[in-house]
Amino acid sequence: MIRLTWRQFRAQAMAAFGALAVIAVLLAITGPQLVHLYDISIIPCQARGDCSAAATALASRDSVLQGLGVVLVIVPGVIGVFWGAPLLARELESGTYQLAWTQSVPRKRWLAVKLGLVGLASIALAGLLSLMVTWWSSPLDRVNADPFTLFDERGVVPLGYAAFAFALGVTAGLLLRRTLAAMAVTLVVFAFVRVAVTLWVRPRLLTPRHIISGLGQSPGLGTPSPPQPGDWVISDATETAAGRVIGQNGAISYGGGRYGILFGPQGNGRVALQGVGTCPNQFPAQAGAPGGRPSAAFQRAAQECIARLSVKQVMTYQPTSHYWPMQWYELAIFAALALVLTGFCFLWLRRRFA
Amino acid sequence: MTAVVAADGLGKQYGRRWALADCTLRIPPGRVVGLVGPNGAGKTTLLRLAVGLLRPTAGTIEILGRAPGDDAGQLGRIGFVAQDTPLYPALSVADHLRLGGWLNPRWDDEMARRRAGQVGLDPKQRAGKLSGGQRAQLALTLAIAKRPELLILDEPVASLDPLARREFLQLLMSIVAEAELSVVLSSHLVGDLERVCDYLVVLAASRVQLAGEVDELLAAHRRLTGPRRDPRTLPAGQEVIEESHTDVQSTLVVRCGGPVLDPAWTVEELSLEDLVLAYMSRAREQGPADRTLSVLR
Repeated sequence: MIRLTWRQFRAQAMAAFGALAVIAVLLAITGPQLVHLYDISIIPCQARGDCSAAATALASRDSVLQGLGVVLVIVPGVIGVFWGAPLLARELESGTYQLAWTQSVPRKRWLAVKLGLVGLASIALAGLLSLMVTWWSSPLDRVNADPFTLFDERGVVPLGYAAFAFALGVTAGLLLRRTLAAMAVTLVVFAFVRVAVTLWVRPRLLTPRHIISGLGQSPGLGTPSPPQPGDWVISDATETAAGRVIGQNGAISYGGGRYGILFGPQGNGRVALQGVGTCPNQFPAQAGAPGGRPSAAFQRAAQECIARLSVKQVMTYQPTSHYWPMQWYELAIFAALALVLTGFCFLWLRRRFA
Repeated sequence: MTAVVAADGLGKQYGRRWALADCTLRIPPGRVVGLVGPNGAGKTTLLRLAVGLLRPTAGTIEILGRAPGDDAGQLGRIGFVAQDTPLYPALSVADHLRLGGWLNPRWDDEMARRRAGQVGLDPKQRAGKLSGGQRAQLALTLAIAKRPELLILDEPVASLDPLARREFLQLLMSIVAEAELSVVLSSHLVGDLERVCDYLVVLAASRVQLAGEVDELLAAHRRLTGPRRDPRTLPAGQEVIEESHTDVQSTLVVRCGGPVLDPAWTVEELSLEDLVLAYMSRAREQGPADRTLSVLR
C-alpha cells in the first residue's frame, strides 16, 4: 500500500520538494552574506548606540527572499487544497476506491497509509521551509523591533498549520466526495480558522499582562508603544473605575461613540464624561486658542476631572518572553485539531462505507 | 458444499427507496452466474453488498461462507470488477499490474503479464488512454491475477462494442476453464450471458424474480399457444408467468412441473431471452416492490 500511495503521490512530492531544494540553495548562498552584513553594520553601531539607519539598510536587503515569509503563510493552505482535498475525493469521485477497496488491503490500512505518507510529507515540507526561513532571517529578526508581527512566518507554528490544513482537506474530500468542492471548502475553512485563531485565540494563549496607569500619564495617543521593545500590545483601553471600557488608545468615545474626543493635547471642548460621571464645571470657558494647544488651565482642569472619576488606562500585552511558549501552544492547538479530524476520517470511513 | 452466495432476506434502503428488497438466494459453487435485470433493478446494489462496499439495511449475506468483511483474508478471496471498470488514469498498464502485486499476497505475476500480453495491452500505455475494451481487459486481468475463489463482474461488457464484448467473454470463459472459480456477472442484456452462464438470477423491481440452473429453468418453462382461454382454468402446477390474448387465441408462458398434456395447446420451448423477458414484464406489471411485499412473502 505504501508503494501504491507513493506511486500516486510521487510527481507532486518531487515537484514540491524540488522547489524547496531550489529555495534552500538560494538561502544558503544569501544567508551568510546577511550574517556578514549584520556583523559589519549592526554590531559596530550598537556600540555607538544608534542603529536605526543601519537597521533600515539591513532590512532592505534581499527583499524578494524576505517575501518567503509570506510564502510560508500560504504553503499550508496550498497543501490542504492540493494534497489534502483530492487525496480521497478523487478516488471517491472517479470510482477508483472500488478498485482499491477490493484488493487484499483493508480500508483502514488504505486510509492510514495515505494519511501517514502524504500527511508526513506535508508537515515535513512546511517544517523544512520554516526552518530555512527562520534561520535565514535571524539577522533581520534580531533588528526587527516587533517579533510578534512575524509570529506565523517563523518557528514551529507552520508545522501545525500544515498538519491541520492537510487533515481538513482530507476530511472535506471524504465528506463531499467532489474534488473541486472539497478544495474550495478547505480553502475557506482553513482561512477562517487561521484568522479566528490569530484574532481571538492567540492573544489569550497565555494570560496577558496589564499595565494600569492614570489616563493622563499614558504614553500618548495613537498606537501605544510597548512597555519593552518587542512586546505585543493587544489593547490599550480607557476604563472607568468600575472597569467599563469607554475608549481605546487614549481616545474616549463620546456621544454614543460617534465622535472620538481625543483626551490629549488636541482635546478641547467642555468635557462631561458621559456614562462615567460629571465633573463640577471647573473648565475654563476657553479651552485654548482655536486650533492651538489647550491652555494650561484647561489641561489642569481635565487632569483633576480624570483623577476625581478614577478613569484609568489599561494596557494589555504579551511580553517577548511569551513568544516561544505561545508558539508551542498554538502548534499544539492546530496539531490537536488535525488529530481530531484524522480520527473522524477513520470513524466516518467505518460508519458510512460499510 | 458452502454456497458461493447465500443471501437471506437481504435488503438495502436508500432514503425511503429500497434498492434491493427481501432477496433470498443460494448459489452453489462452481457456476457462472448471470445476474440479469433492467437498469435500476438492484444488480449493482446486490454485487456491492457481496463485496462489502455496502452494508445491508436488512437481512444477511454470506460470500463463500463468511460475511463480507473488511479484512485481508476475505478480500483476497473475491475478485471484483466494478461498473465502468474504474482504473487510475495516470498510471500505466504496467503500474496497474505492479499495484496488483503490491496489494495482493496471492498475486500471480506471471499470469497477469501473460494475460495482458495475450489481449494486446501495451505495458507503457496509461490507463486513461485505453479503449473501453482494453480497460475491461485490464480490470479483469487485475481481478483474476489475485487468484480469487469468486469473481464478481458488474456490467463488464455494457460499454463495449460487439467485437470487444465477444473477446472479453471468450477471455472470461478461458479463465473459468483454467482457474476453477465461481463467477457472478451482471448485465441488462440476456444475449451477453446466454453463451457463458449456467446459472441465472433475474432481478427486477428490486426483487429476485427467478433463480436457478439455466437447464432446469428452460426445462420447466413452456410457451403455450391455443384457442382463447381463461388462464385461471389451467390445471394446478402450471403457473402463468406471462399472458397475451387476441380475440380467438391465447399465448401463455407457464412454469410447469411436468409435461403439458392438454392437446388444445401448441407447446414450444422458450429461449433464455424470452424466459427472462417474461419474468421482467411480470415484475413490471406487479409494480414497485413495496406493493408486492406481502404477496411474495
